[in-house]
Amino acid sequence: MQPVLDVKKLTMDFGGLRALEGIDLQVNRGEIVALIGPNGAGKTTFFNCITGIYEPSGGDMIINPPDKPAKRINKLKPNTVTESGLARTFQNIRLFQKMTVLENVMVARHCRTRSGILGAIFRGTKTCAEEQEMVDFSYRMLEKVGLEGYVNDLAQELPYGAQRRLEIARAMATEPFLLLLDEPAAGMNPRETRELDALITRIRDEENLSILLIEHDMKLVMSISQRIYVLDYGKMIARGTPAEVAADPNVVKAYLGETFDA
Amino acid sequence: MDSEKRPMLPLIGSEIVKSTLTALWFMFLTFPIMVIKISPLDKTIHWRWMNLVYVGAGAFFLSFLWRYFMERKVQGARADEDGGWQKRAGQRISTDRRIYLPGLIALGAFVAIFPFLFSSYQTSIMITALMYVMLGLGLNIVVGLAGLLNLGYVAFYAVGAYFFALMNHHFGLGFWFALPMAGAIAAIFGILLGFPVLRLRGDYLAIVTLGFGEIIRLILENWNDFSFGPSGIAGISRPGIMGASLTLHQHTIYLYYIMIVMVVFTMIVVGRLRNSRIGRAWIALREDEVACQAMGIDKAKTKLMAFALGATWAGFVGCIFAAKTTFINPSSFTFMESAIILSIVVLGGMGSIMGVVVGAFILILLPEYLRAFSEYRMLVFGASMVLIMVFRPQGIIGGIRQHYTFQRKPAADAGEGGDAACA
Repeated sequence: MQPVLDVKKLTMDFGGLRALEGIDLQVNRGEIVALIGPNGAGKTTFFNCITGIYEPSGGDMIINPPDKPAKRINKLKPNTVTESGLARTFQNIRLFQKMTVLENVMVARHCRTRSGILGAIFRGTKTCAEEQEMVDFSYRMLEKVGLEGYVNDLAQELPYGAQRRLEIARAMATEPFLLLLDEPAAGMNPRETRELDALITRIRDEENLSILLIEHDMKLVMSISQRIYVLDYGKMIARGTPAEVAADPNVVKAYLGETFDA
Repeated sequence: MDSEKRPMLPLIGSEIVKSTLTALWFMFLTFPIMVIKISPLDKTIHWRWMNLVYVGAGAFFLSFLWRYFMERKVQGARADEDGGWQKRAGQRISTDRRIYLPGLIALGAFVAIFPFLFSSYQTSIMITALMYVMLGLGLNIVVGLAGLLNLGYVAFYAVGAYFFALMNHHFGLGFWFALPMAGAIAAIFGILLGFPVLRLRGDYLAIVTLGFGEIIRLILENWNDFSFGPSGIAGISRPGIMGASLTLHQHTIYLYYIMIVMVVFTMIVVGRLRNSRIGRAWIALREDEVACQAMGIDKAKTKLMAFALGATWAGFVGCIFAAKTTFINPSSFTFMESAIILSIVVLGGMGSIMGVVVGAFILILLPEYLRAFSEYRMLVFGASMVLIMVFRPQGIIGGIRQHYTFQRKPAADAGEGGDAACA
């Protein structure tokens, strides 16, 4: 079976700085894959390349949506990438602060709905039906992440852990087949991290999607991911199952330094 | 608030000391101008000591007032964190029919008979205020909702006005034909401005739009063959009703009703846009451009739509303005106009419709009715703007978001059945 995301020899240069060099990465259907590495290794840059925020300098990125033909996403704009079925969250939370929780999720339904200016002004039956569908769908997403009690609160009023979950709900509302999570557990306490662990697995199973996540919390990474890729200084230094990666001398060196005698 | 009452006596003591110091400082500062009066003719100095007392007492009192409001503002911010009574009151007034219906009927009746209660002059001022309400609501789409700081909004106003004036002058086009076309032409200009500034935001966008506004004005001023230059275009026809000839007074009344209809229309349209798919995309764009794109919203398309729709209202008002004054020239479309319209939006409350209406009335009617205090007019005007911005930086009436209610079903399959905006 084709991998849903197939990245080949991806390279990203910023002027003279090579942030990513020849990265190969595959995510298979239904898999949870983790991308780890020390700070500044290029993990978020990799995400930004896939989601169209940066245009990579070389390499290929191909997606295989379950019900559509394969597609090269190298030169697509971020909104087109999202429309093709990739959705992401952000490392530093990027919610629409002055909108309500429900509206945050409704915004993400934008690319799956069609009503325009005239529809908005005249509010015909079609627009109303679509609006209602949007509200219901968004509410279901909020229920999935356990935020249905906050629908009318402003996003900025939510506690930190809830903001992270809202980002996940928002990304899910675009109906992706691949969800990219950028440090979903950052700043969470151990109990919240455990809940997140369960949430990610549940989402994968219920929504039938694949997940690629960047994470620093090793306990979380080891427990939920099937495969792990390790980046360091823009290069892929290891890949494999959690057990393989944990035993890899290169990984130990990258995380703990040269002098560590394993 | 009762729960956190602090010991009152020492507090009052320190407040008195603070106010006394402020008063002394003001007495010292104003001493040369308020107390000493030199008459150069008979070479004498008058010492007006009583003035010193007035200044002292006034400063003492005002500093008390200032700190009282400052304290209330801090407490208000604290209260806002857990709900905020204003927000709740706003939500209540806008949702409870029993509260807003009688008010709405009374207001409607007043608005309907206004031109018969007041003179032609008052009606004319009210028309101007209503024009600024529309301009404010239009700019509110661009600045308040989409967060694109536009300092050249007056350009679209000019486009609408000159479109009607020129069409009327050359081809005798009537008001009612020109009105929708003026809106459409302004929208096209909005897109024209939109394209080059798609990548800009914040300060840079403000400067480019400022330049755009000036370009339009300079073209109108200097391209004599096209726009008749600084001498402007005169004799523009007023809106007619089926060929009936109206007196000037009747024309004013007619225009007043046209404006009322237009303002209500604008409020409904902007209100509906705000809580639509497009409106939410605008607000998302304002809040976070990167996240907005990552959620599948086409940035370019959304921005252009905001520019075009904002400009449309300016085009409408421009057309009405030309018909009202029957004479236009470029000096009506200076940067000052853009600044006033922007002030209306910021003062009233960004993204809030009622706020913009209130803001327009304050900013246009206040200077008009303060003519009685002619010398102090601009002073009072400026001071009130400063005070509003200090005590209510979010504007007089902040934007209220759509409220959704969900009936929670018992048992596992909870949810569903939310009230959408289309009820």
